[in-house]
Amino acid sequence: MADFLINTVGLPEWLAWTITAFVAAALILNVIAGGALVFIWAERKIAARIQDRLGPTRTGGRFGWLQSLADGIKLLAKEDLMPEGADGMLFRLAPYISFCASFCAFIALPFAFDFVGQRLNVGVFFVVAVLGLEVFGVILAGYASASKWSLFGAMREAAQVVSYEVPLGMCVVVPVMLAGSMDLVTIAEKQAGWMTNWYLFHDPFTFVIFWVYVTCAVASVNRAPFDLAEAESELVAGFHTEYSGLRWSFFFMAEYGSMFLVSALAAVLFMGGWNGPIPVATLVGLSEGTGDTANYFVRLIGCGNLLLKATLGVLLMMWVRWTLPRLRIDQVMTTCLKYCTPIAAAMFAGAMLWQLAFPGGVVRGLSRPAGEIREGWLEGPGGLSPGRREPVPHVGAVGAMESQEVVQVVP
Amino acid sequence: MMTTVLASVVPVAAVNWHSVLFLLFAAVACACAVAVVLADNVVRMAFYLVLSLASTAGLFFLAGAEFVGAMQLMIYVGGTLVLLVFGVMLTAQAPFVAIKTSPSDRVLAGMVGAALLAVLLQAAFRVEPWRRPATAAVAAPAATPIGMALLGVRADEPAAGVPAAAVRSGYLLPFEIVSIHLLVVLVGAAYLARAKRRRTPRAIDVAASSVGPVVTARQAARSSASALVPGGGR
Repeated sequence: MADFLINTVGLPEWLAWTITAFVAAALILNVIAGGALVFIWAERKIAARIQDRLGPTRTGGRFGWLQSLADGIKLLAKEDLMPEGADGMLFRLAPYISFCASFCAFIALPFAFDFVGQRLNVGVFFVVAVLGLEVFGVILAGYASASKWSLFGAMREAAQVVSYEVPLGMCVVVPVMLAGSMDLVTIAEKQAGWMTNWYLFHDPFTFVIFWVYVTCAVASVNRAPFDLAEAESELVAGFHTEYSGLRWSFFFMAEYGSMFLVSALAAVLFMGGWNGPIPVATLVGLSEGTGDTANYFVRLIGCGNLLLKATLGVLLMMWVRWTLPRLRIDQVMTTCLKYCTPIAAAMFAGAMLWQLAFPGGVVRGLSRPAGEIREGWLEGPGGLSPGRREPVPHVGAVGAMESQEVVQVVP
Repeated sequence: MMTTVLASVVPVAAVNWHSVLFLLFAAVACACAVAVVLADNVVRMAFYLVLSLASTAGLFFLAGAEFVGAMQLMIYVGGTLVLLVFGVMLTAQAPFVAIKTSPSDRVLAGMVGAALLAVLLQAAFRVEPWRRPATAAVAAPAATPIGMALLGVRADEPAAGVPAAAVRSGYLLPFEIVSIHLLVVLVGAAYLARAKRRRTPRAIDVAASSVGPVVTARQAARSSASALVPGGGR
């Protein structure tokens, strides 16, 4: 876009880059804020349905779809309270730190081949590193509130997030190893083609490690069953007990932004990114290099693919939240240190050995290296046979795995 | 070091986008570093330190050293400082911990800081070409050579004048030494933090022995379990 502005419109270079940066930032901001509005509404509806209620029904007509907007206006109009003993500066800044961390991580997240704020050579690493910063806002909020509930919530959060970074990092390393790159764009590109190319179906170890990643991702964004930081049955509201109005809603935007981010990261790392399960665009003859308009169209579809996958991930988290009871802090630590970390380490070693023994596929002989498949899947003899396709992990299996894991850790 | 770089970057171009951003990040880093020293609340210090370190990471990103920048964010900001604040919250007696620095400490710290600054300034002035890196190098920075070098394979060409054998081994040995060192630290920490074995008799045993015949925990459990089963008692 900057090139277009410089060459076609004739703007000076610095202005073109500034405009481009602002457009990208505005788009990302809209993904977070708009996403939060939709997801909060969806969460309320899903929670209601799971608990055999109706949820919001009146605001905005049929399904109460304007409810979050109405809530947003209410939050804007609320009084901005601060406890008397609080550390004013930190108390005021903490929500923005959380939100900024969530926002910054989106910069390196590719939405489609060229739709990325800033393509980083170490994209995965950057996203994981910046996501870890979000906890800092929560800790500061808990500390600066001068309230015991907040402090307890923040301490739990700190312990939890710092521990879960270890297995999360191990899970993320596996796709990096398979792709040979930390660039998110490259990782997703390597999974192009049919969905058997997705790293989720690369071998049994990656399939298992995907679910470990899901567990760790849920924990690292503090969603139930790992939402000890705001356990409302024990700690009033945890770290945001003392917050109200717009600052409170910034915490929520950060939370929903992070949920979307880890889901999108899962989609890029394990589920082919913007590549759909069936390469429709390539089948009908649209591919890179067909022309600018065609390219753009393909990328737009890819962007839709990624958003759809990420939304499914968020919905899965909501389902888990309203199904499973909250873990105790010791159970949270047990899940991390005794289950997730060893499983992730073993699966990492397994995936490594598999890559040595059967490079590039589910079954040796039936499949070829991903790059080869991508080049020649159309005319390849075994490339398109339906027998090679792995079954889609339908949602029932997901819930079963999750609950199994939780049952194991209850002593 | 900052000031030297500033002085040399600014005249390069009239309005240079890189130098504007550089000045911004550098100013934030320096201002927050000063604020760390001047603040008297530990958590506020940590907060300023976060800003300072994050701005330094921004400088790394600006220079195209993305790996170092992400590393800085992950290790210092995400790891060390979170642990620092966590430690403060665990050990704090009062709501907000304030640190009073004695004048002698200030003098000492000032001397150490001045010595470090002198070393850095001298090193900074020694480097001849303070130029912006070539854009081609910035456009495609790769983490792969670093990773390969850590595994003992150098992907990049050795600099002119350096014998090839001297750099061929990469960084495998330092990497392994650091790994072993960290492992030792981990084992040591686990040893120090392990649950101490109880040397004194447990309170419940003492109470039980003083009241009547000694009932071991297993017997107690058995009797209570049999009491729950109808007909299982005596």
